[in-house]
Amino acid sequence: MIVFLALTFSGIALGAIYFLAASGLSLIYGLMDILNFAHGLFMTLGAYAAWDVASHLPASWGTPLLFTIAVFASVVGGALSAGLTEVFIIRPLYGRPISQILVTIGLDLAVVGLLLGGFGSNSLSVPVPLWLIEASHLGGLNLPNSDFVALIAGVVVLVSLEWFLRKTRYGITIRAGVENRDMVSALGINVGRAFTLVFVIGGAMAGLAGLLYAVVFSGDLISPTQGDSLLIFAFIVVVIGGLGSIRGSAVAALAVGLVQDYTNFYLGSHPGMAEIGNLSVVLLLALVLEWRPRGLFGSTL
Amino acid sequence: MTNALDVSDLHVTIAGSHVLQGVSISVPVGGVTALLGRNGVGKTTTLRALLGLIPSTGAITVMGTDVHGWMTHRIVRLGVGYVPEDRDVFAGLTVEENLRLAEQTAEPRYDDVYSIFPELRDRSRQRAGTLSGGQQQMVSIARALLNGWPLLLVDEPSKGLAPRLVSELADALERVAQLATVLLVEQNLAVVKRLAQRIVVLDHGEVVHTGDASELDDPDLAKRFLGVTGVK
Repeated sequence: MIVFLALTFSGIALGAIYFLAASGLSLIYGLMDILNFAHGLFMTLGAYAAWDVASHLPASWGTPLLFTIAVFASVVGGALSAGLTEVFIIRPLYGRPISQILVTIGLDLAVVGLLLGGFGSNSLSVPVPLWLIEASHLGGLNLPNSDFVALIAGVVVLVSLEWFLRKTRYGITIRAGVENRDMVSALGINVGRAFTLVFVIGGAMAGLAGLLYAVVFSGDLISPTQGDSLLIFAFIVVVIGGLGSIRGSAVAALAVGLVQDYTNFYLGSHPGMAEIGNLSVVLLLALVLEWRPRGLFGSTL
Repeated sequence: MTNALDVSDLHVTIAGSHVLQGVSISVPVGGVTALLGRNGVGKTTTLRALLGLIPSTGAITVMGTDVHGWMTHRIVRLGVGYVPEDRDVFAGLTVEENLRLAEQTAEPRYDDVYSIFPELRDRSRQRAGTLSGGQQQMVSIARALLNGWPLLLVDEPSKGLAPRLVSELADALERVAQLATVLLVEQNLAVVKRLAQRIVVLDHGEVVHTGDASELDDPDLAKRFLGVTGVK
């Protein structure tokens, strides 16, 4: 039972990171019909921005402060790279969704290649405070503190995103645009601005996801290809949750994180079953699509 | 006096099919001009092209300003309200959110909207997707009316409504027409005869007749262009 609870907790933390990675992807698709293959790149660039800023500041500032700055840097790095991508690369191809999808793939390949050339394929280490590597004892359970950080980040982002989408004019514009983009512009609204905005918001969350994934699951190490592996799960989450639905992404991210964690632990140790966690996620995707072809939450926000 | 709208030699090609073949329409300021024609002659396409929602060639002048090639939101902000076919309310948004989204001026005219459609005030927190067709049509017209814009493009407002609602709608549109110039696409000839002063008839992507609405009393014209036998 103790093991099951601990697994549940780490599965939820994994789900929180998947949510951060997937929600922007889902909004971008919902509003602009673009499957954004550069989203993994935004995660990677967020993590590299965090590493770059933190490693250029004096170590005497202490890891808690450096890590806090690194978190902000990941958010800004992700948001900036996504915003620039939308303005300079996606926008000139407006009205040509296939070209837009292809250019995001090319951008990802090219920039990941540049990162490999510039930083090498070795992983880089992000400075983190000691308590982040430790665990807390809670009711007989040993729970990693980094999982708490991922969980809190996921909840804070979910709540703020819901607030933004429901209460602000920009948020309402985005929800309306996901339903019917033409009608939004026929009300006199510049939809292009909403496009840039969802890229910036999605990129910010992706950047944070990139850093947190490194901290929670790969021993504080970042690498040029980490975003691409995370992107595959983000796509699965988006499809299970329903394209364009934030709540759907949240529910699906939890489901994927938990299924992956449980199956990895209970079945993964058997011979030949090392990949069972990933396989079970794909099976979950197939089952959900069989039952609800438009995903859990259809296409409304 | 400058017309509310001048369109000349408008051509639209959709998926290889030449849908509009040189449409020219002038809409003077004030009153209702009805755009008529059988299904599929290009009435909705004309309105969508005017708003820049689909690419076209030709000249489009709104209140003296050449807007051809402009982005849709800029044309709308010049003072053009749009009530699309099938209403196109945002189903997942509340009535209030639908209206709030339409606000483009510092002082949106909620007084006008609620005086014509008092029911919308009571339903402001209801999701637009759960409204009846008639109520959705109110939301759609209200969005176009909210900014006090001088020109409204209204596409088949009576489509799919019960006969009793159609007459309520005509009452409402009559009041709307006192606030703005209306270019109305409508299949229900009784509604057209009640509201419109001028008619423009499209056939096969071209304007085949322009005239006074009273000509609709001529059964021959109705039969020739609209495929209907005379309406009383």
